[in-house]
This record gives sequence, structure tokens and C-alpha cells, in this order.
Amino acid sequence: MAEADEKDLFKVENDIPPTAVMLPRYRKLKRLSIIGTSLVALVPLMIMTLLNYYQDQDAYHAETRYTISRLLSNTQKTLEFAIKERRSALSLIIHERSYEQLSSQAGLKSVLDNLKESFGGFVDIGLIASNGQQTYYAGPYDLKGRNYENQEWFQEILVRDVYVSDVFMGHRNIPHFVIAYKHEKEGGDFYVLRATIDMELLYHLIYSLDLDKNTDAFIINREGILQTPSLFYGSILEKVKFNTPQHFRPREVIDEYHEEGKWLTSGYAFIEESPFILMVIKQRESPFFHWFYRRTGLIWFLLLSAGLILAVVIYGSTHTVKRLRELDRRRAKIFHNIEYTNKMATIGRMAAGVAHEINNPLAIINEKAGLLKDLANYNENFPQKEKILNLANSITGSVDRCSKVTRQLLGFAKRMENNIEVIDLKNLLEEVVGFQTSEISHRNLQITFDFSQELPTIESDRGQLQQVFLNIINNAFVAVDDGGIINISGSLDSDNLVAVTINDNGKGISEENLQYIFEPFYSTKGQFGTGLGLSITRDIVEKLGGRIEVLSELGKGTSFVVKLPCQSKKGAYREKT
Amino acid sequence: MAKAVVLLVDDEQEFREVLSRRMEIWGFKVDTAPGGKEALKKVAGKTYDAVILDLAMPEMGGIETLKRMLEIRPELQIIVLTGHATVQDGVEAMKLGAVDFIEKPAEKEKLVAKIEQARDRRQELFENQLDEKISDIMKKKGW
Repeated sequence: MAEADEKDLFKVENDIPPTAVMLPRYRKLKRLSIIGTSLVALVPLMIMTLLNYYQDQDAYHAETRYTISRLLSNTQKTLEFAIKERRSALSLIIHERSYEQLSSQAGLKSVLDNLKESFGGFVDIGLIASNGQQTYYAGPYDLKGRNYENQEWFQEILVRDVYVSDVFMGHRNIPHFVIAYKHEKEGGDFYVLRATIDMELLYHLIYSLDLDKNTDAFIINREGILQTPSLFYGSILEKVKFNTPQHFRPREVIDEYHEEGKWLTSGYAFIEESPFILMVIKQRESPFFHWFYRRTGLIWFLLLSAGLILAVVIYGSTHTVKRLRELDRRRAKIFHNIEYTNKMATIGRMAAGVAHEINNPLAIINEKAGLLKDLANYNENFPQKEKILNLANSITGSVDRCSKVTRQLLGFAKRMENNIEVIDLKNLLEEVVGFQTSEISHRNLQITFDFSQELPTIESDRGQLQQVFLNIINNAFVAVDDGGIINISGSLDSDNLVAVTINDNGKGISEENLQYIFEPFYSTKGQFGTGLGLSITRDIVEKLGGRIEVLSELGKGTSFVVKLPCQSKKGAYREKT
Repeated sequence: MAKAVVLLVDDEQEFREVLSRRMEIWGFKVDTAPGGKEALKKVAGKTYDAVILDLAMPEMGGIETLKRMLEIRPELQIIVLTGHATVQDGVEAMKLGAVDFIEKPAEKEKLVAKIEQARDRRQELFENQLDEKISDIMKKKGW
């Protein structure tokens, strides 16, 4: 054997990693590719969207605040003016008219009529003496002679000259508020001019704001009692649930706060020289939904773009990694084809060389033993003739046995070449098992053949098929324990394929490993396997126009099924090789 | 019948010696040649009933020797005696004109039988040729 061939052989072997599980690597690569590309493409899109969201929030916030602030300011002025106007009217009357002029039913009636005509909003008017007794009254109720000494507003007026009351029920049992003026008479006594203001004045102010259903405007007093009905906080004279604003600033819009999952923007304004506080509360949409509804188009665009990007990225990465894997696979295939060819050629040459080298001395031994026999046979007086003949026969017998071995070896070497011939599969399988006789007996393995069905002979490559079955049977030997059972059976498949099933009762292959066992470089034998055996096996079977299947259950055993066509596809076979 | 004359061509000296010795015991006249060149010389100068030719030889190989010998003496009865390694060559040799083919190590009976067959065939051939020559001469002489 040439030295160069040996070097080539080892070179190829060293180039191939002994064991490498390749598939998780591709999965990782695909994952990284998808994640990386997606991030690069999607992150700017996300940032733009977030920026838009925050800008929108700011704008919406400012807009709401501005609306409420303007509403508060306008209404505050109107309300202040309305109250001040009526107070001034009363002031004018109390200063312009004398007690005598006022202290008559007719006088008071004319005052009320004038007030109603000039300003409106007055319900009634009364003159109350310092003891709290209403001495004169003009208006729709019969309130003359009522004593107000114990009413709160009367207590207040004792210490002040003018008083604007909260809304209260009073004697008439209807919500109302009053404006009262105290006037000193000569001699120290005083009297009070008291006018009831129509609640319509307040109601009208609120209603005329023409608010949407999410905005509530109402008036409270400083104790938080509702002076006008509220949309969200109850009806008139009920106490509101929130804290009453302190008179820290006359007017303020308070930032949104969250209460029972609602987004609110509220504002208040103190009405000067009255106990009233005007409140406007706007119930807003949540910032997200506000943005979401206003920017539906944008969001759709974003989602569609993201979807499209993801689809392209996933498709692209999958495709690229698949291509890469295919290329790697092809490369590995070429590698091990080279290795396989080299190895087989070397084994073939080696076997032929060994057979030849042994055969020559064997021939000499045979002839010498033969000569011995001849000498004994042709010489009548040959000493110890029988004994010598026996010895010579035993030598030639042994030579025959050796000769058989070298013949087998040569047959094996020849099969390294591609030769399509007619093959009896049962015969071939028995030959292959015959190669392993020593291991079978050593490990006490049971090999059973089940070829009860008559099988047709097939046209195929004997050497290649021997390699295929040798690989599978070797794997079965590795899988089973000592004393294990390996069953080899043949049957005729429906598609005119001859199926050979090699079943063992060994340790089996896990489902996870099962999908990879035909991949090049996949090995479960660790450093003892190259991971090429089954890959080569499948390649050969496919080249011969057949296919290989595997069934396995962990702990129960494995079945390899090799299906081969009866007729060899010579053309296809040659092309591929 | 006269002793058959056999030429044994083999590169292995020991094999040559022992087999020629045996063949002499079996009753043949044996010449030996260690290679193709020597064999060709011998064949050119002498008539052999059979030639036993090994195929795997250094320098001039068996197939080459066979071709050349048949060129010199087309009537030669060449029996190829070869190891398993060159069975393919044996088949080739038969196609080229060898009369028989035996695998090493050979059994005595087989070898003897083949040599005798070869000798008979050569004799027959020789006699036929002789007949033809005689009848040719007779025709020429006008008998």
C-alpha cells in the first residue's frame, strides 16, 4: 500500500470533528437573527410611537386645563357680577329710602316690583326689626310676622352690615339664599332689609354653560354643601365627598387625579363676597384611550408595519438559516463521501494486499504438504507412512481453512467497488451476520432470521448493501445488553419494495434524538462514534433508490426498516455517484 | 504415452521448486521459469504440452507474458494458476486465450487433470495440424 494513500486517509479523518450536535446551533442562530433584526427594525418605530403618545398627552392635558380655566374665569365673573349687582341694588334702596317709606306693605311691594323689573332674580323682600321679627313682607309667601332671631343668617347680620347667605331651606322649605342689609336707625336701634334671590339666577348660570356630559359645574359653600345640583356629587344641600378647597388662591385648576379609576381635571373659583365656590370637574378619558381613539390610523399603521417587519424578518431568517444548514449539510456530505470513498478504497486495497501476501506462503505450505504426501504415497517403504500422511492432511486442511478466509477477505475488498448484481437479501444478511460470529458468541447474542415470506431477488450493489446492514447491525449490537435479541426479517412492501427490518430489544432512542440520528456528525456514542455511520447508511440506501425508516421506544428497542427496490435504477445511481 | 512436458512460470522460488518436484513425482517433465522473460525464451526454444502461469509477477506480469507467448506459439496450452487476489485477471486471461484457470492453493487431482487435458488437446491439435500438413503435401504432389 502506498504511503501517500495513508496520509490522505488520515487527513480527511482529522478534518471532521468527531462529535458535533449541529441542530441546536442552527436554532440559536435563527433565534438570534430574528431577535436582532426585529429589534433594529422595531425599536425606532416603538420610540416614535412613544414620543407621539407623550406629545399627545401633553397637548390633551394643556387643552383640558385651558378649557376649564376659561370656563371658571368667565363664570366666576358673571356670578360675582350678578350677586354684586343685586347687593348694590339693595344697598341703594336701604340708603335712599327711609325706614318710614319702607315700613309699609305698599312701599315694600313697590320696591320689590322695581327690583324685579330692573334686575330680576328677586323673589321677595322683607323688613325685619332688630328683635328678628319680620314686620313687613312683600312676596309670594305668607311670611309676615315670622321671627328670624334664631336663624343663622340673622345671627351673622348682627355682626356685619351686609350678608349673603348660603343656600338653605328656611321657613318656606324651598332652597334659596338671601341678601340682607342692616341699617342703623337713629337712637341705636336697627332694622334689616332682606331679599330672597331666586335660585334660577344660579341655575341659569350653570345651565347656560352648555356643558358636555363629562363636565360637571356646580356651586358649593365653604363647608362643602352643594348649592346647586351636581352631576356627579349629589343633589342640592348634600355634602360633597371631596375636600373643600381652601381659600389659598381665588382660582385654580387642580391637576388630574385618579379616583375610582376615573381621570378628572377639576377647578375651583371663589366667588367674592359670598360663601360660594364655583367648581368645574371634567371627567376625562384615560390618557391611553384618548390617544388610542384619536390616533387609530397611526396605531393601525404601526401594527401593520410591525407585523410586516416581523413576517419578513422571520421568513428571511428561517430561509437563510435553512440555506446555511443545507449548505453545511452538503459540505459535510461531501466530506464524508470523500472520507468514505478513501476509507473504503484503502480497506479494499489493504484487504486485497493482505489476502495476496498470505495466499502466496499458503500456496507454498500447501505444495510442501502435498509433496510430503506424494513422497509418502509414491514410496512403498516410506517410514511411518500413515502418520506422515495424517499430518500432511491436517496441514492441507488448515491451509484450506486459511484459504477460505483470504477468499472472504478478497470478496469484501471487491465489494468496495460499485457493482450492480442480482442479490438474495437473506443470503447477504447471513453473510453480514457471519462477519460478526465471534462477537455474537462472545456476548451471547441471539440473532433470529424471519424470512418466511418468499422474497424476490433484487438488483443492487452487494458491497454497499453489506455496508448498510453492517452499520445497522453494529448499532443494534451497541444498543443491546449481553444476551440481547436481534431479529432480522424480510417482507414484500406494497410499492414493490423489499423491506428488511432489523429489530433489537436494546435501550432504544429518545424521541428527541430520533429526529437527528440521520444527521451527519450526530452521535450518541460520544467519543466512540463519528456520527457518520447512519448518515452514510441513509445516503447509500437513497443512492440505491431505497429509503430507510426508524422506529424506537426508549427502553424497549429500535427497529430499522430498509426498503429497497427490486430493480436497480442504474442510470440514476450512476449519475449520483 | 510419453511424459507430458510442462513449463511452470512463477516468481516465488520455493513454490516453483516444490511444485515442480511434485509434478515430476506425478509423472510430468517439468521446466521452470522465474519470470515472463525467461518463460518466453523457453517457449521459443522448446515445445511444451502445457504452461502453468502465475499472473501476479514482478517485471513482466502474467497477462503480458500470456499475450507474448501466444504471439510466438498460438497453439500453447496455458493454464493460469493464481491466488484469489487476481481472479479478475484470471478471467481476463481466459478471454485472452488461456485454456484453464486454477486458484491457489491447488489440489493435486485438479492440477493433474488439467495438465493432462491440456496435453491431450495439444496432441490432438498437433495431430490435426500434422494431418493437414500431410494432406497439403499430398495435394501438392498430386496424390
